Amino acid sequence: MIKKQDAHIKNFSLCTLVMILCLLYLFPIYIVLVNSFKNRAELYEDILAPPLSFSFQYYRNAMERMNFLHSLGNSCIVTIFSILFITILASMTAWMLVRSNNKLSKIIFMVFVTTMLIPFQTLMMPLMQEMSGIKRYLGIPMVDTLGALVYMNIGFGASLAVFLYHGFVKSVPISLEEAATIDGCTAWGVFWRIVFPMLKPVTVTVLVLDVIWIWNDYLLPSLVLNSKANRTIPLSTASFFGEFSIQWNMAMAALMLTIIPVVIFYLLSQKYIIKGVAAGAVK
Amino acid sequence: MKKMRGPAWYALFTLPLIFVFTTVVLIPFIIGIVYAFFSWDGLPLNPKIFVGINNFIKIFSDERFLASAGHTVFFTLLSIVTINVLGLAFALGVTTRLNVRNIARTMLFAPYMIGGLILGYIWKFILGEGFRTIGEKTGLTTVFFNWLLHPQFALLALTVVITWQMAGYIMIIYITGIQSIPEEVIEAAYMDGAGFWTVLFRIKFPLIMQSFTVCLFLTLSNCFKIFDVNLSLTGGGPYSSTELFAMNIYHEIFSLNNYGYGQAKAILFFIIVAAITAVQVGITKKREVEM
Repeated sequence: MIKKQDAHIKNFSLCTLVMILCLLYLFPIYIVLVNSFKNRAELYEDILAPPLSFSFQYYRNAMERMNFLHSLGNSCIVTIFSILFITILASMTAWMLVRSNNKLSKIIFMVFVTTMLIPFQTLMMPLMQEMSGIKRYLGIPMVDTLGALVYMNIGFGASLAVFLYHGFVKSVPISLEEAATIDGCTAWGVFWRIVFPMLKPVTVTVLVLDVIWIWNDYLLPSLVLNSKANRTIPLSTASFFGEFSIQWNMAMAALMLTIIPVVIFYLLSQKYIIKGVAAGAVK
Repeated sequence: MKKMRGPAWYALFTLPLIFVFTTVVLIPFIIGIVYAFFSWDGLPLNPKIFVGINNFIKIFSDERFLASAGHTVFFTLLSIVTINVLGLAFALGVTTRLNVRNIARTMLFAPYMIGGLILGYIWKFILGEGFRTIGEKTGLTTVFFNWLLHPQFALLALTVVITWQMAGYIMIIYITGIQSIPEEVIEAAYMDGAGFWTVLFRIKFPLIMQSFTVCLFLTLSNCFKIFDVNLSLTGGGPYSSTELFAMNIYHEIFSLNNYGYGQAKAILFFIIVAAITAVQVGITKKREVEM
């Protein structure tokens, strides 16, 4: 009896200890939160103390300065359309590459995989040259439009997505597809009615990895989007901090604003996120 | 299966993505190699002058680039250690039978969601203004001063931020490895009288060698290519003492307008990344087999 109680107490104190350590780990978020409410004098008095009063004034100012809601909308548009096209096009490609297992398919797959090694810095300048050339000579608006950014995200996301789908399709039995083909289904029908629903686990992985990447991406958007109206959240945050003499309390409010949508998304889908990240990394 | 194998179907399914991929990745890669042999300031009307391999020769006497190479190597080695030690410790902590293990996992992974740029700004406040004011209040100025104004400490600050960002991510991979160890093996070892440390080093670690491979590979390539945190936390300063590879290349091309020379650096950067990856995967694959 006493032993059991002892184990209980030990377990409880261990749990408490772990929670305290985790809270300490997130302490930087606490610092951002408390200082986003303080006025200047209060902030410099003690940056660790909780605020004396809750004023949302700095949030209002930061929202205006960053044009927050507009940037949030841009970020949503870019992320949603990019992941939509990446999952659709990459799953189609990967399935066809696996199912018609010839030399050409092998070469295409190898190219997708090996190009994953190329760092973005190696491509950024020639890519911008190419895109502004396309705009100049063909008139297609590949510069400073959200559509252009979506297009480039599809290109940069292709390799990893094809790689993940390719690995998964290989483990899907072909018999169902054959049966459907005999019943007169076209490749299009087979893919969308039978294959794509079965790919759901890997689709979740691709979605998770790409949302985290595209939502937080800074360098590519900063090169593609020049006008203020097209700014995504990382761009408007960077321009906020790029101005001279930062007002730290307003800056903390700005950072809180950018963190809030991420936290909401994270709490709603954390089960999938952690699973997706684990599956994506191990491959 | 005839209907699925026709070349028309093949094209319909694969060509759209191949087209986008070619225009976004393959063509720029090839143009990029060509640019690396020219001298050009980026203005369309100005001439591009062929200089052969001179751009590449110039790199090896470019002091600023060599300095950034030193920072990158130091930063990467240090960060690989801190990220993996912390990530592995977290993983061992949250694979126990404690009730709070899932909440703990969620909390420790959270910083990874926020993204490098924002994390850099958060820590810019804490390690800069924050540390300075704490130092002034408490008088503990040996630790609490503006880290970002001191060359060595600014580089350490980068390590702090990248560790905070990636430890939770690396933890997830180690968790997958640890959970794949059969429970009987661990229990049998404890039955035979093995202690906590013996089990850890003699049983758990050898059985998660594959996770080590993946984690080392991921941390190495991520730290080596880091840009966002570098930009938002220190901006390369003070006096370009924290300028890492990626930022040096960005600066050369877009600030100094040395398009050809900067692109030569970018190609060299690619070669280094590819070589490191090849060597590292080779070594760790070999060790796995021996185990």
